[in-house]
Amino acid sequence: MISVKILGVGCPKCRNLEAKVKELLVKNNIEAEVTKVDDIAKIMGYGIMMTPGLVINEKVKSSGIIPKEEQILNWLKEN
Amino acid sequence: MNNLSVIEKIKGNTLSKTLIYITLFLLFWIIIYMNLELLTNSLVYNVLGLNPEEHLTQAIWFFIFEVPKVLLLLTLIVFGIGIIRTYFSPERTRKLLGGKKTFAGNILASLLGVVTPFCSCSAIPLFLGFIEGGVPLGVTFSFLIAAPMINEVALILLFGLFGWETALLYMTTGLLIAILAGTIIGKLGLEKFVEDWVYKTKAADIEQEEEKLSFNDRIQLGITAVKEIVSKVWIYIVIGILVGAGIHGYVPENFMASFMGKSAWWSVPSAVLLGIPMYSNAAGIIPIVQALLAKGASLGTVLAFMMAVIGLSLPEMIILKKVLKIQMIFIFIGIMAIGITVVGYLFNLLY
Repeated sequence: MISVKILGVGCPKCRNLEAKVKELLVKNNIEAEVTKVDDIAKIMGYGIMMTPGLVINEKVKSSGIIPKEEQILNWLKEN
Repeated sequence: MNNLSVIEKIKGNTLSKTLIYITLFLLFWIIIYMNLELLTNSLVYNVLGLNPEEHLTQAIWFFIFEVPKVLLLLTLIVFGIGIIRTYFSPERTRKLLGGKKTFAGNILASLLGVVTPFCSCSAIPLFLGFIEGGVPLGVTFSFLIAAPMINEVALILLFGLFGWETALLYMTTGLLIAILAGTIIGKLGLEKFVEDWVYKTKAADIEQEEEKLSFNDRIQLGITAVKEIVSKVWIYIVIGILVGAGIHGYVPENFMASFMGKSAWWSVPSAVLLGIPMYSNAAGIIPIVQALLAKGASLGTVLAFMMAVIGLSLPEMIILKKVLKIQMIFIFIGIMAIGITVVGYLFNLLY
Protein backbone atom coordinates (compact mmCIF):
# COMPACT_ATOMS: atom_id res chain seq x y z
CA MET A 1 0.00 0.00 0.00
CA ILE A 2 1.15 3.55 -0.74
CA SER A 3 2.28 5.56 2.23
CA VAL A 4 1.47 9.26 2.14
CA LYS A 5 2.79 11.68 4.73
CA ILE A 6 1.80 15.28 5.17
CA LEU A 7 4.51 17.26 6.98
CA GLY A 8 3.40 20.37 8.82
CA VAL A 9 2.89 21.95 12.20
CA GLY A 10 -0.69 22.97 11.67
CA CYS A 11 -0.81 25.91 9.30
CA PRO A 12 -3.96 26.27 7.19
CA LYS A 13 -2.13 25.19 4.04
CA CYS A 14 -1.14 21.90 5.71
CA ARG A 15 -4.74 21.12 6.58
CA ASN A 16 -5.83 22.01 3.06
CA LEU A 17 -3.26 19.69 1.56
CA GLU A 18 -4.28 16.83 3.85
CA ALA A 19 -7.95 17.28 2.95
CA LYS A 20 -7.12 17.46 -0.75
CA VAL A 21 -5.03 14.29 -0.73
CA LYS A 22 -7.69 12.36 1.17
CA GLU A 23 -10.36 13.55 -1.23
CA LEU A 24 -8.25 12.52 -4.23
CA LEU A 25 -7.66 9.06 -2.78
CA VAL A 26 -11.35 8.45 -2.26
CA LYS A 27 -12.34 9.87 -5.64
CA ASN A 28 -9.88 7.67 -7.51
CA ASN A 29 -10.22 4.55 -5.42
CA ILE A 30 -6.58 4.50 -4.43
CA GLU A 31 -5.67 2.78 -1.22
CA ALA A 32 -3.10 4.58 0.83
CA GLU A 33 -2.13 5.21 4.38
CA VAL A 34 -2.19 8.93 5.14
CA THR A 35 -0.20 10.15 8.14
CA LYS A 36 0.16 13.66 9.46
CA VAL A 37 3.66 14.37 10.76
CA ASP A 38 3.77 17.36 13.11
CA ASP A 39 6.98 16.72 15.03
CA ILE A 40 9.46 19.36 13.92
CA ALA A 41 12.52 17.13 14.33
CA LYS A 42 10.91 14.46 12.13
CA ILE A 43 9.89 17.07 9.57
CA MET A 44 13.48 18.31 9.40
CA GLY A 45 14.58 14.73 8.81
CA TYR A 46 13.04 15.06 5.37
CA GLY A 47 15.12 18.16 4.65
CA ILE A 48 12.29 20.49 3.76
CA MET A 49 12.32 24.17 4.70
CA MET A 50 8.74 25.08 4.00
CA THR A 51 5.58 23.43 5.13
CA PRO A 52 3.44 21.70 4.05
CA GLY A 53 5.58 18.88 2.78
CA LEU A 54 4.17 15.99 0.81
CA VAL A 55 5.97 12.66 1.12
CA ILE A 56 4.93 9.66 -0.92
CA ASN A 57 6.58 6.34 -0.14
CA GLU A 58 9.26 8.18 1.85
CA LYS A 59 10.14 10.48 -1.04
CA VAL A 60 9.64 14.22 -0.69
CA LYS A 61 7.46 15.33 -3.57
CA SER A 62 6.75 18.94 -2.72
CA SER A 63 7.24 21.54 -0.02
CA GLY A 64 5.74 24.91 0.71
CA ILE A 65 2.99 24.58 -1.84
CA ILE A 66 -0.23 22.75 -2.44
CA PRO A 67 0.51 20.96 -5.71
CA LYS A 68 -2.02 20.73 -8.48
CA GLU A 69 -4.49 17.86 -8.22
CA GLU A 70 -3.36 16.11 -11.38
CA GLN A 71 0.23 16.37 -10.24
CA ILE A 72 -0.57 14.67 -6.93
CA LEU A 73 -2.54 12.05 -8.79
CA ASN A 74 0.40 11.31 -11.10
CA TRP A 75 2.70 10.89 -8.11
CA LEU A 76 0.22 8.52 -6.50
CA LYS A 77 -0.14 6.49 -9.67
CA GLU A 78 3.60 6.16 -10.20
CA ASN A 79 3.70 3.91 -7.18
CA MET B 1 -14.09 25.99 -4.88
CA ASN B 2 -14.82 28.99 -7.03
CA ASN B 3 -11.16 29.95 -7.09
CA LEU B 4 -10.19 26.43 -8.00
CA SER B 5 -12.43 26.29 -11.02
CA VAL B 6 -10.93 29.53 -12.32
CA ILE B 7 -7.43 28.12 -11.90
CA GLU B 8 -8.50 24.95 -13.70
CA LYS B 9 -9.70 27.09 -16.59
CA ILE B 10 -6.48 29.08 -16.82
CA LYS B 11 -4.41 25.94 -16.50
CA GLY B 12 -5.79 24.59 -19.74
CA ASN B 13 -4.61 27.63 -21.63
CA THR B 14 -1.50 27.92 -23.68
CA LEU B 15 1.13 30.55 -23.04
CA SER B 16 -0.07 32.86 -25.80
CA LYS B 17 -3.60 32.82 -24.45
CA THR B 18 -2.36 33.60 -20.96
CA LEU B 19 -0.30 36.48 -22.32
CA ILE B 20 -3.34 37.92 -24.05
CA TYR B 21 -5.30 37.80 -20.80
CA ILE B 22 -2.46 39.42 -18.89
CA THR B 23 -2.09 42.20 -21.46
CA LEU B 24 -5.83 42.88 -21.42
CA PHE B 25 -5.76 42.95 -17.67
CA LEU B 26 -2.83 45.40 -17.61
CA LEU B 27 -4.55 47.70 -20.13
CA PHE B 28 -7.72 47.63 -18.08
CA TRP B 29 -5.66 48.31 -14.96
CA ILE B 30 -3.88 51.31 -16.44
CA ILE B 31 -7.07 52.84 -17.83
CA ILE B 32 -8.90 52.56 -14.50
CA TYR B 33 -5.93 53.73 -12.46
CA MET B 34 -5.24 56.77 -14.62
CA ASN B 35 -8.86 57.84 -14.59
CA LEU B 36 -9.71 57.02 -11.02
CA GLU B 37 -9.89 60.63 -9.93
CA LEU B 38 -12.19 61.56 -12.83
CA LEU B 39 -14.40 58.55 -12.19
CA THR B 40 -14.63 59.38 -8.50
CA ASN B 41 -15.43 63.02 -9.22
CA SER B 42 -18.23 62.21 -11.60
CA LEU B 43 -19.64 59.54 -9.30
CA VAL B 44 -19.59 61.70 -6.20
CA TYR B 45 -20.54 65.07 -7.65
CA ASN B 46 -22.64 64.18 -10.69
CA VAL B 47 -24.28 60.84 -10.01
CA LEU B 48 -24.72 61.21 -6.26
CA GLY B 49 -24.95 65.00 -6.52
CA LEU B 50 -23.15 65.68 -3.27
CA ASN B 51 -21.97 69.10 -2.16
CA PRO B 52 -18.14 69.36 -2.42
CA GLU B 53 -18.05 71.75 0.51
CA GLU B 54 -19.36 69.28 3.04
CA HIS B 55 -17.16 67.18 5.29
CA LEU B 56 -19.26 64.09 4.66
CA THR B 57 -18.75 64.47 0.90
CA GLN B 58 -15.00 64.71 1.38
CA ALA B 59 -15.05 61.56 3.49
CA ILE B 60 -17.13 59.70 0.88
CA TRP B 61 -14.88 60.95 -1.93
CA PHE B 62 -11.78 59.75 -0.06
CA PHE B 63 -13.30 56.30 0.49
CA ILE B 64 -14.52 55.84 -3.09
CA PHE B 65 -11.16 56.97 -4.44
CA GLU B 66 -8.83 55.11 -2.08
CA VAL B 67 -10.40 51.64 -1.94
CA PRO B 68 -10.04 50.84 -5.67
CA LYS B 69 -6.68 52.63 -5.80
CA VAL B 70 -5.11 50.57 -3.04
CA LEU B 71 -6.73 47.34 -4.26
CA LEU B 72 -5.42 47.99 -7.79
CA LEU B 73 -1.91 48.61 -6.48
CA LEU B 74 -2.12 45.55 -4.27
CA THR B 75 -3.23 43.30 -7.12
CA LEU B 76 -0.48 44.44 -9.46
CA ILE B 77 2.37 44.32 -6.95
CA VAL B 78 1.34 41.02 -5.40
CA PHE B 79 1.16 39.60 -8.92
CA GLY B 80 4.62 40.93 -9.78
CA ILE B 81 6.17 39.74 -6.53
CA GLY B 82 4.38 36.41 -6.87
CA ILE B 83 6.17 35.89 -10.19
CA ILE B 84 9.53 37.08 -8.82
CA ARG B 85 9.17 34.67 -5.92
CA THR B 86 8.91 31.68 -8.22
CA TYR B 87 12.58 32.31 -9.03
CA PHE B 88 13.57 32.17 -5.36
CA SER B 89 13.03 29.01 -3.36
CA PRO B 90 14.30 28.71 0.23
CA GLU B 91 16.66 26.00 -1.05
CA ARG B 92 18.20 28.36 -3.55
CA THR B 93 18.44 31.14 -0.95
CA ARG B 94 20.17 28.76 1.45
CA LYS B 95 22.70 27.86 -1.20
CA LEU B 96 23.36 31.52 -1.90
CA LEU B 97 23.89 32.25 1.79
CA GLY B 98 25.83 29.15 2.82
CA GLY B 99 29.23 29.92 4.36
CA LYS B 100 28.81 33.68 3.98
CA LYS B 101 30.11 35.21 7.16
CA THR B 102 30.64 38.86 6.66
CA PHE B 103 28.49 41.92 6.44
CA ALA B 104 27.83 41.10 2.80
CA GLY B 105 26.02 37.95 3.91
CA ASN B 106 23.72 39.98 6.15
CA ILE B 107 22.91 42.41 3.37
CA LEU B 108 22.21 39.61 0.92
CA ALA B 109 20.10 37.75 3.50
CA SER B 110 17.97 40.82 4.22
CA LEU B 111 17.34 41.43 0.54
CA LEU B 112 16.53 37.78 -0.06
CA GLY B 113 14.17 37.96 2.92
CA VAL B 114 12.04 40.33 0.89
CA VAL B 115 11.77 38.13 -2.21
CA THR B 116 11.89 34.58 -0.86
CA PRO B 117 8.44 33.14 -0.23
CA PHE B 118 7.90 33.12 3.51
CA CYS B 119 5.09 32.26 5.86
CA SER B 120 5.45 32.61 9.60
CA CYS B 121 4.37 29.00 10.11
CA SER B 122 7.50 27.98 8.18
CA ALA B 123 9.85 30.08 10.33
CA ILE B 124 11.18 27.11 12.31
CA PRO B 125 11.86 24.70 9.45
CA LEU B 126 13.46 27.58 7.60
CA PHE B 127 15.63 28.53 10.57
CA LEU B 128 16.74 24.93 11.06
CA GLY B 129 17.27 24.39 7.36
CA PHE B 130 19.51 27.46 7.13
CA ILE B 131 21.56 26.63 10.22
CA GLU B 132 22.00 23.01 9.24
CA GLY B 133 22.88 24.05 5.71
CA GLY B 134 25.82 26.08 7.04
CA VAL B 135 24.31 29.56 6.96
CA PRO B 136 25.81 31.54 9.89
CA LEU B 137 23.47 32.42 12.77
CA GLY B 138 23.68 36.20 12.26
CA VAL B 139 22.94 35.89 8.54
CA THR B 140 19.98 33.60 9.28
CA PHE B 141 18.62 36.24 11.64
CA SER B 142 18.94 38.98 9.05
CA PHE B 143 16.73 36.86 6.83
CA LEU B 144 14.21 36.05 9.56
CA ILE B 145 13.86 39.71 10.53
CA ALA B 146 13.49 41.06 7.01
CA ALA B 147 11.09 38.42 5.71
CA PRO B 148 8.00 39.25 7.80
CA MET B 149 8.72 42.94 8.36
CA ILE B 150 9.20 44.09 4.80
CA ASN B 151 6.31 42.65 2.96
CA GLU B 152 4.45 43.82 -0.08
CA VAL B 153 1.20 44.49 1.73
CA ALA B 154 2.79 46.87 4.21
CA LEU B 155 4.67 48.66 1.44
CA ILE B 156 1.64 49.09 -0.79
CA LEU B 157 -0.49 50.42 2.03
CA LEU B 158 2.17 52.90 3.09
CA PHE B 159 2.60 53.93 -0.53
CA GLY B 160 -1.12 54.27 -1.18
CA LEU B 161 -1.97 56.13 2.00
CA PHE B 162 1.14 58.13 2.86
CA GLY B 163 3.09 58.40 -0.39
CA TRP B 164 6.13 56.72 -1.88
CA GLU B 165 8.64 58.51 0.37
CA THR B 166 7.17 56.87 3.45
CA ALA B 167 7.08 53.45 1.78
CA LEU B 168 10.69 53.79 0.68
CA LEU B 169 11.82 54.95 4.10
CA TYR B 170 10.00 52.07 5.73
CA MET B 171 11.70 49.59 3.42
CA THR B 172 15.15 51.13 3.82
CA THR B 173 14.97 51.32 7.60
CA GLY B 174 13.48 47.82 7.81
CA LEU B 175 16.39 46.50 5.76
CA LEU B 176 18.86 48.42 7.92
CA ILE B 177 17.44 46.92 11.10
CA ALA B 178 17.61 43.43 9.62
CA ILE B 179 21.19 43.92 8.44
CA LEU B 180 22.45 45.50 11.66
CA ALA B 181 20.58 43.22 14.08
CA GLY B 182 21.84 40.17 12.18
CA THR B 183 25.39 41.51 12.15
CA ILE B 184 25.33 42.16 15.90
CA ILE B 185 23.90 38.71 16.63
CA GLY B 186 26.63 37.21 14.45
CA LYS B 187 29.38 39.22 16.17
CA LEU B 188 28.19 38.32 19.66
CA GLY B 189 28.81 34.62 18.97
CA LEU B 190 25.47 33.49 20.31
CA GLU B 191 25.60 29.98 18.88
CA LYS B 192 25.74 28.62 22.44
CA PHE B 193 22.22 29.91 23.01
CA VAL B 194 20.78 27.83 20.21
CA GLU B 195 19.29 24.58 21.49
CA ASP B 196 21.95 21.86 21.29
CA TRP B 197 19.96 19.46 19.17
CA VAL B 198 19.81 21.95 16.31
CA TYR B 199 23.51 21.64 15.54
CA LYS B 200 23.40 17.87 16.02
CA THR B 201 20.72 17.31 13.46
CA LYS B 202 22.08 16.91 10.02
CA ALA B 203 20.19 18.30 7.13
CA ALA B 204 18.86 15.48 5.07
CA ASP B 205 19.58 15.70 1.40
CA ILE B 206 16.48 16.49 -0.45
CA GLU B 207 15.18 13.93 -2.83
CA GLN B 208 12.68 16.35 -4.16
CA GLU B 209 12.70 16.44 -7.90
CA GLU B 210 13.88 19.74 -9.28
CA GLU B 211 10.92 21.72 -10.36
CA LYS B 212 11.03 22.99 -13.89
CA LEU B 213 8.60 25.82 -14.23
CA SER B 214 7.57 27.24 -17.54
CA PHE B 215 6.83 30.93 -17.83
CA ASN B 216 3.18 30.01 -18.04
CA ASP B 217 3.46 28.22 -14.68
CA ARG B 218 5.06 31.28 -13.13
CA ILE B 219 2.27 33.55 -14.31
CA GLN B 220 -0.27 31.15 -12.87
CA LEU B 221 1.59 31.11 -9.57
CA GLY B 222 1.45 34.91 -9.63
CA ILE B 223 -2.32 34.72 -10.11
CA THR B 224 -2.59 32.24 -7.25
CA ALA B 225 -0.62 34.64 -5.02
CA VAL B 226 -3.02 37.46 -5.87
CA LYS B 227 -6.03 35.31 -4.98
CA GLU B 228 -4.49 34.10 -1.76
CA ILE B 229 -3.33 37.47 -0.49
CA VAL B 230 -6.07 39.75 -1.76
CA SER B 231 -8.82 37.50 -0.44
CA LYS B 232 -7.12 37.57 2.96
CA VAL B 233 -6.34 41.26 3.34
CA TRP B 234 -9.00 43.22 1.42
CA ILE B 235 -11.21 43.53 4.48
CA TYR B 236 -8.42 45.17 6.52
CA ILE B 237 -7.77 47.57 3.71
CA VAL B 238 -11.41 48.57 3.48
CA ILE B 239 -11.58 49.04 7.26
CA GLY B 240 -8.34 51.05 7.21
CA ILE B 241 -9.59 53.35 4.51
CA LEU B 242 -12.97 53.63 6.20
CA VAL B 243 -11.22 54.80 9.35
CA GLY B 244 -9.14 57.17 7.27
CA ALA B 245 -12.24 58.47 5.47
CA GLY B 246 -14.11 58.92 8.73
CA ILE B 247 -11.41 61.27 9.85
CA HIS B 248 -10.43 62.73 6.51
CA GLY B 249 -13.35 65.04 6.02
CA TYR B 250 -13.22 66.37 9.53
CA VAL B 251 -10.69 68.44 11.35
CA PRO B 252 -8.03 66.16 12.80
CA GLU B 253 -8.18 66.11 16.55
CA ASN B 254 -4.99 66.39 18.48
CA PHE B 255 -6.20 63.72 20.80
CA MET B 256 -3.04 61.61 20.57
CA ALA B 257 -0.55 64.44 20.16
CA SER B 258 0.21 64.87 23.84
CA PHE B 259 1.35 61.32 24.38
CA MET B 260 2.23 60.04 20.91
CA GLY B 261 3.37 63.29 19.37
CA LYS B 262 6.88 64.47 18.60
CA SER B 263 7.30 66.50 21.72
CA ALA B 264 6.88 63.54 24.04
CA TRP B 265 10.36 61.97 24.01
CA TRP B 266 9.15 58.79 25.71
CA SER B 267 6.48 58.17 23.08
CA VAL B 268 8.75 56.08 20.83
CA PRO B 269 10.07 53.62 23.45
CA SER B 270 6.62 53.19 24.97
CA ALA B 271 5.08 52.54 21.55
CA VAL B 272 7.73 49.85 20.97
CA LEU B 273 7.16 48.25 24.38
CA LEU B 274 3.44 48.25 23.75
CA GLY B 275 3.88 46.75 20.28
CA ILE B 276 6.19 43.86 21.14
CA PRO B 277 3.66 41.51 22.76
CA MET B 278 0.96 42.45 20.27
CA TYR B 279 0.64 40.56 17.07
CA SER B 280 -1.03 41.39 13.82
CA ASN B 281 -0.17 40.98 10.20
CA ALA B 282 0.80 44.05 8.21
CA ALA B 283 -2.70 44.52 6.82
CA GLY B 284 -4.43 44.28 10.17
CA ILE B 285 -2.34 47.00 11.73
CA ILE B 286 -3.00 49.61 9.04
CA PRO B 287 -6.41 50.74 10.34
CA ILE B 288 -4.79 51.42 13.72
CA VAL B 289 -1.94 53.29 12.04
CA GLN B 290 -4.45 55.41 10.14
CA ALA B 291 -6.37 56.28 13.25
CA LEU B 292 -3.30 57.10 15.33
CA LEU B 293 -1.79 59.36 12.67
CA ALA B 294 -5.02 61.19 12.08
CA LYS B 295 -5.37 61.89 15.78
CA GLY B 296 -2.05 63.66 15.97
CA ALA B 297 0.43 60.88 16.69
CA SER B 298 3.74 61.44 14.93
CA LEU B 299 4.89 59.27 12.02
CA GLY B 300 8.04 57.99 13.75
CA THR B 301 6.14 56.85 16.80
CA VAL B 302 3.47 55.14 14.74
CA LEU B 303 6.00 53.42 12.44
CA ALA B 304 7.93 52.19 15.47
CA PHE B 305 4.71 50.80 16.87
CA MET B 306 3.89 49.15 13.53
CA MET B 307 7.34 47.58 13.20
CA ALA B 308 7.23 46.26 16.76
CA VAL B 309 3.82 44.69 16.17
CA ILE B 310 4.75 43.07 12.84
CA GLY B 311 8.39 42.23 13.52
CA LEU B 312 8.17 40.97 17.08
CA SER B 313 5.38 39.00 18.63
CA LEU B 314 4.70 36.77 21.56
CA PRO B 315 3.41 33.81 19.50
CA GLU B 316 6.52 34.00 17.31
CA MET B 317 8.76 33.95 20.41
CA ILE B 318 6.95 30.90 21.74
CA ILE B 319 7.57 29.12 18.45
CA LEU B 320 11.22 30.21 18.43
CA LYS B 321 11.60 28.92 22.00
CA LYS B 322 11.65 25.42 20.47
CA VAL B 323 15.00 26.11 18.85
CA LEU B 324 16.47 28.99 20.85
CA LYS B 325 17.35 29.27 24.51
CA ILE B 326 15.59 31.94 26.51
CA GLN B 327 18.69 34.18 26.72
CA MET B 328 18.88 34.27 22.93
CA ILE B 329 15.24 35.27 22.66
CA PHE B 330 15.75 38.17 25.07
CA ILE B 331 18.86 39.32 23.20
CA PHE B 332 16.92 39.14 19.94
CA ILE B 333 14.02 41.16 21.34
CA GLY B 334 16.45 43.65 22.89
CA ILE B 335 18.36 44.29 19.66
CA MET B 336 15.18 44.61 17.63
CA ALA B 337 13.59 46.96 20.18
CA ILE B 338 16.62 49.25 20.17
CA GLY B 339 16.78 49.25 16.36
CA ILE B 340 13.09 50.06 16.02
CA THR B 341 13.33 52.81 18.64
CA VAL B 342 16.18 54.43 16.73
CA VAL B 343 14.11 54.33 13.54
CA GLY B 344 11.20 55.92 15.38
CA TYR B 345 13.32 58.83 16.59
CA LEU B 346 14.84 59.20 13.14
CA PHE B 347 11.42 59.56 11.49
CA ASN B 348 10.29 62.01 14.16
CA LEU B 349 13.40 64.10 13.48
CA LEU B 350 12.94 64.01 9.71
CA TYR B 351 9.25 64.86 9.54
